[in-house]
Amino acid sequence: MIYMDYNATTPTDPRVLEVMSKYFYEKFGNPSSIYEIARENRKEIERAREKVAELIEADSDEIFFTSGGTESDNWAIIGTSFALKNKGNHIITSQIEHHAVLNTCKFLSKLGFEITYVPVDKYGIVDIDFIKKAIKRETILITIMHANNEIGTIEPIEEISKIAKENNILFHTDCVQTVGKIPISVKKLGVDMLSLSGHKFYGPKGIGALYLKKGVKIETLIHGGEQERGRRGGTYNVPGIVGLGKAAEIAKQEMFEEEKNIRYLRDKLEKGIVEKIPEIMINGHPENRLYNTLNLCVKYVEGESILLHLDFEKIYASSGSACTSGSLEPSHVLLACGIPHEIAHGSLRFSLGKYNKEEDVDKVLEILPKIVEKLRKISPFWREKK
Amino acid sequence: MDYTEKVLEYFRNPKNMGRIENPDGVGKVGNPICGDVMWIYIKVGKNENGEDIIEDIKFETFGCAAAIATSSVVTELAKGKTLKEAEKISNKDVVEFLGGLPPIKKHCSLLAEEGLQSAINDYRSKKNERNR
Ligand code: FES
Repeated sequence: MIYMDYNATTPTDPRVLEVMSKYFYEKFGNPSSIYEIARENRKEIERAREKVAELIEADSDEIFFTSGGTESDNWAIIGTSFALKNKGNHIITSQIEHHAVLNTCKFLSKLGFEITYVPVDKYGIVDIDFIKKAIKRETILITIMHANNEIGTIEPIEEISKIAKENNILFHTDCVQTVGKIPISVKKLGVDMLSLSGHKFYGPKGIGALYLKKGVKIETLIHGGEQERGRRGGTYNVPGIVGLGKAAEIAKQEMFEEEKNIRYLRDKLEKGIVEKIPEIMINGHPENRLYNTLNLCVKYVEGESILLHLDFEKIYASSGSACTSGSLEPSHVLLACGIPHEIAHGSLRFSLGKYNKEEDVDKVLEILPKIVEKLRKISPFWREKK
Repeated sequence: MDYTEKVLEYFRNPKNMGRIENPDGVGKVGNPICGDVMWIYIKVGKNENGEDIIEDIKFETFGCAAAIATSSVVTELAKGKTLKEAEKISNKDVVEFLGGLPPIKKHCSLLAEEGLQSAINDYRSKKNERNR
């Protein structure tokens, strides 16, 4: 099997799995209890918190564990809105956010909040001037993702956070695609809140965190016990938290080595595809793009058809296009970049990771052109074009 | 959403793909919902009773796996049939043949029905013109 869908999820690193495994049977204690096996687990949780904090250069008491990126996004956005609803009801976000952000904003608009969706240029970079103009007295939150999951474009977060600060507006960023892949410092980014997710960087699923800068007060979303200093209820997911800590530790040590290799493979794949298949369009920013992500449109054929043929060959990639996501609209991200409907339908995303090998790339380069040729042969658009 | 084995099989190895040179009828239909497109070409002949039959039929499709699989099925169902019989082939027949389609993909099978109809209509209107 050739797996090239690391932006969707990653396999759990065996070293992560190993440290986690103890916390299911041997050390199963509920950290909120008083006896020893609970106390020990409490310590492990705090150790994991430190490691996550180190990965993004935060203080450990600014890290709150959640069930993942989606919860973190929900908490940051809804929590801010509820906390500041007397100050204003206006939120600024972008057109290319993940659905965890977009649908949370949609929910809030039903409750009377007003949402501005900032457009992007053809590379997917948000329009900074548009943000400046959109800000008004009622604006309480700006939320813009760090890197886009589909096309990999990296947004100018530092610049936006400056604008937010000047205007006294809280700023949240969804870093689900960047944490663990590229170095991140919350201080440098200047953000108030940041979402991250374990399974995107070789940690387990079902665990993530929200960074909440000291002094930033938002409402609680998950009400329950006194866990996370009373700000997020629910029994501690000890194996998940310990796993996330280990994944953070590994990422910090190995990120740069990984980057070199993955970037090389991604570039080889991109170059090879463009050389071997005519009428390919590469999406996303040419430079400011995640080093592992390759999003492209194969003109005159449908993304879903290509994906299924790849699937027959045990090559796993994804498409932002209509059919796989269960909706018929092509990717909202590609449409926001101004790519026409019929071309956006042929979109394909390869996202690479640390377990990919050069043979994987060679194999895709051997098989993909054949698939495209086969599908183009029955495409009326392709023949008309020729 | 999952495709049945049969859909995947027909998608993987579709029959009757391509085009017919100098066809007797062509149906070009598009799906307004997703923007996908299907072209059906037919060659019309006669059977022993002197009735019009679909002697040959081919398709070209830009679309999802369901669109490609249903294209193939509709051409296979229609091949050799009289025009009167072929006209009665509905998208339901196609979906049934494939053992069902995911709900969101039902509309894809409409292309197949409409493509065939419109190829037959095209043949008839050309014939009428010739007879005038
Ligand atoms: S999604 Fe367009 S025909 Fe199936």
